[in-house]
Amino acid sequence: MLELENVAYSYGGGALLSEISLKLAPGSFHFLTGPSGAGKTTLLKLCYGALLPTSGDVTLFGDDVSRLERDDIALLRRRMGVVHQDCRFLDHLTVSENIALPLTVSGRPTSAGQDDLTELMAWVGLTHRAEAVPPELSGGERQRAALARAVIMSPDVVLADEPTGNVDWEMSQRLLRLLVELNKMGKTVLIATHDLSLIRAAKSQIQARVLRIANGRVQLAGADL
Amino acid sequence: MTRIALKRLVLGDKQADRVVPPSGFTAQLTIFAAAAMAFLAVFAMALSLASGRLAARWGDELARSSTIRIVAPLDQRPVQTEAALSILETTAGVAYARALDDAEQQALLAPWFGAELDLQALPVPQLIEVIEEDSGFDAAGLRLRLAAEVPGAVLDDHSRWRAPLVAAANRLRLLGWISAVLLGASVAVMVTLAANTALAANAQVIAVLRLVGATDRYIAQAFIRRFTLRAFGGAIIGTVLAMGTVSLLPKASDTAGFLTGLGFQGWHWFLPFLIPLLSAFVAFVATGTAANRALKRLA
Repeated sequence: MLELENVAYSYGGGALLSEISLKLAPGSFHFLTGPSGAGKTTLLKLCYGALLPTSGDVTLFGDDVSRLERDDIALLRRRMGVVHQDCRFLDHLTVSENIALPLTVSGRPTSAGQDDLTELMAWVGLTHRAEAVPPELSGGERQRAALARAVIMSPDVVLADEPTGNVDWEMSQRLLRLLVELNKMGKTVLIATHDLSLIRAAKSQIQARVLRIANGRVQLAGADL
Repeated sequence: MTRIALKRLVLGDKQADRVVPPSGFTAQLTIFAAAAMAFLAVFAMALSLASGRLAARWGDELARSSTIRIVAPLDQRPVQTEAALSILETTAGVAYARALDDAEQQALLAPWFGAELDLQALPVPQLIEVIEEDSGFDAAGLRLRLAAEVPGAVLDDHSRWRAPLVAAANRLRLLGWISAVLLGASVAVMVTLAANTALAANAQVIAVLRLVGATDRYIAQAFIRRFTLRAFGGAIIGTVLAMGTVSLLPKASDTAGFLTGLGFQGWHWFLPFLIPLLSAFVAFVATGTAANRALKRLA
């Protein structure tokens, strides 16, 4: 489904990531952890084709990313849901329009997915905020809206970059529950976080694999987590 | 462009149109500039077409007429005039020839000497108007015959001063078309600049759209449609205003001078309606090129 093989990524003359090999099997749940600046976000970007590796192969759904055109990568990205730490909304659109954005850009009329949208808004608890614009949302609401947007196309993989970075403990647990729920629906989940308490909470609910980035390399984390 | 792409461009997609934020003042500037360019383009077109008509008229009308001047002592003038007319009657290619009477000659000189001019008091030559057949006549041969039989006759076939006039009118027509082309190029430059500004201002929007799976074609289409419609709308406004103004210009008449008849005639009135279409086409190409470049840069 998503595979990185001996991937390296350099930026500004320095090697940020090297010898990264990673395989996300369908339905698996992964955490990617490590200190700030270790390269978690970069690795996620490599996973969804926003960056191309300096060397090595990134395979998305069987296709080598480096051999794809930009538009082909965009089409593959519709099978992946991405949640950013800063959410990245279009502030001139309402919350429901932002959540439906993947439907819009894929040419599917929002009306066709209206039931899914309504259901999804209820699932993330944002029905009452449907007509608000993103700047009016709280941190937790933004993260939930970003998660709803990430899954509206019913993607096979959900990648989340510090999804609980800007929310309190209670909200982070709520978001985690949503992500665990998605995994139970058969979605592959990869969460980049430096929040170890979130990982511990997840491990009590689900079988999760924890990967740690250190010195530009990925290792399987030990039981100390 | 495929039919589907054209349909999308014309009909649009309400949801897709919303993904790029409205640009307010930039949009108004684009519409205004397109309107101004179209307004000027209509005038350039009118000037060019009118110049073309003038060139054709001068070339056509003057090419078919000549003048013979009889410069002879007063007592010999009627005899030489008769002799010249006799020669003209037997000259192949001459459809009609007649001597101008005193009243006509007086009218010709009136602008300079006044209406009360006594022709006998001035050494005014007798003028003979010659109208040619379509095939024309042999001017060199006629000159030789006149020189032999009518010593005071001078044939003026107008070519000496007709040629520069026709050339001037043709240059004016060319100038009109060059102006129209330059205006089209200006529309392209203006739209390219506006599109580049809009694309740069919306770099974050583009990043979000890519994040959720938008193809570059989709993103470019959103900008192309927007600028094409603005250029088209602005050009329609400018064209309609210009045509209204052109319709108020003095009509062409035989008595009026050079500056009348600058408007459109007949089916030429339909030509300005091509300007909005051309403007939209130019905007379509310019925005497409700018968008593709910008999206590559933002990749």
